[in-house]
Amino acid sequence: MTTPAVAGPRETPVANPLFEYVVRLGDDRLVLGHRLSEWCGHGPILEEDIALSNIALDLVGQAAALLALAGRIEGKGRDEDSLAYFRDERDFRNALLVEQPNGDFGDTIVRQFLFDAYSVLLLDALKTCGHAELAALAAKSLKEDTYHLRHSSQWMLRLGDGTAESHARVQRALDEQWRFTGELFVPDAIDDAVAAQGIRVDHAALQARWTDLVADVVTRATLTLPPAQPMAGGGRRGRHSEHLGHLLAEMQIVARSHPGASW
Amino acid sequence: MNAARANRDDVLRILGTVMDPEVPVLSVVELGIVRDVVVGDRGVRITVTPTYSGCPAMHTMERDMRAALMEHGFAEVEFDTVYAPAWTSDWIPAEAKEKLRRFGIAPPAPAEQGGLIALTRRPPAVACPYCGSANTERRSEFGSTACKAIHFCNACQQPFDEFKPF
Repeated sequence: MTTPAVAGPRETPVANPLFEYVVRLGDDRLVLGHRLSEWCGHGPILEEDIALSNIALDLVGQAAALLALAGRIEGKGRDEDSLAYFRDERDFRNALLVEQPNGDFGDTIVRQFLFDAYSVLLLDALKTCGHAELAALAAKSLKEDTYHLRHSSQWMLRLGDGTAESHARVQRALDEQWRFTGELFVPDAIDDAVAAQGIRVDHAALQARWTDLVADVVTRATLTLPPAQPMAGGGRRGRHSEHLGHLLAEMQIVARSHPGASW
Repeated sequence: MNAARANRDDVLRILGTVMDPEVPVLSVVELGIVRDVVVGDRGVRITVTPTYSGCPAMHTMERDMRAALMEHGFAEVEFDTVYAPAWTSDWIPAEAKEKLRRFGIAPPAPAEQGGLIALTRRPPAVACPYCGSANTERRSEFGSTACKAIHFCNACQQPFDEFKPF
């Protein structure tokens, strides 16, 4: 089946929307998991170093299961490793938010908090979707991401309602990253196509729940929700910021230098 | 034992000797990751479910299970991974929880069902596995492995691990 391109002239036709949809879910977690792994050995305190590495492991594990599922859906013999290590930047479908650099600890916590809130609510919707394997992975991942959200929310409170310095830094991080959140809630032809296959997510309702959840924590943290503004986008279609290429170079170099190696 | 005449219970008994490498007082069966065992003519097929998605011990446990069964004469050992129902620490039986406590790891309380937990709620105190005191505090929800949290006992002044309710 060939689905014709539906938007701009640079769109390529999407042959398999379900594959594409699951890849988006997998890539969000792979890229964010890799970002968090960059903190390993650099955390501000030992407990936090361990926490960020633990969360990274969860996310990379979720990504492995999702990309393995995507590979089976595609049916061309690609497994999770070939999808993670042998695709180029333009073939990655993660949201721009998760590829942003770690910055300082406040930047990392804000990025994590914004993603965790989105992920928990999305997975909660997907755990009852009409695709049994995806629903099972969503239910499993939801348990983990609920932990992650509690962790990042508690840091939002401590940093926002902490010292003048921590407050200023985390507010700046929130202001800078806010423009990457719009992309998470804009449905496109892929979402429409998988809805017909039983994976129906009400993006407007998801965004409303997310905004409530985020606003609640931000307010309690004595921070200010950024104003409505133009949103960045493109990650879901493979148009990334300059940061993803650097991340992939580091993540993929060993696998590409020694294809098929195992240890 | 003759693998050709082995049944499901024999396989489970062998798997009961394969320990979680990171929590060496729990077998893979007690941990709850072995969901089903089917014994065929030539070998055995084991259905497993991961504890945490990224738990690196899963690969080691599969390798150790295979080695233990091959030592007992099974020619083929295959694994199927399932994700539903999602693993929960509630599957660890009471006597295994007691083994955890004696090993110095606070056993998991019953897992909370679904939903987000209020941000400012004080987490329930976890009894110290060494002295039994409830005068403890949680230092971090993330510990030396995915399944553990770090606590500190104010009574006996010892840090300790908790196997997280999950």
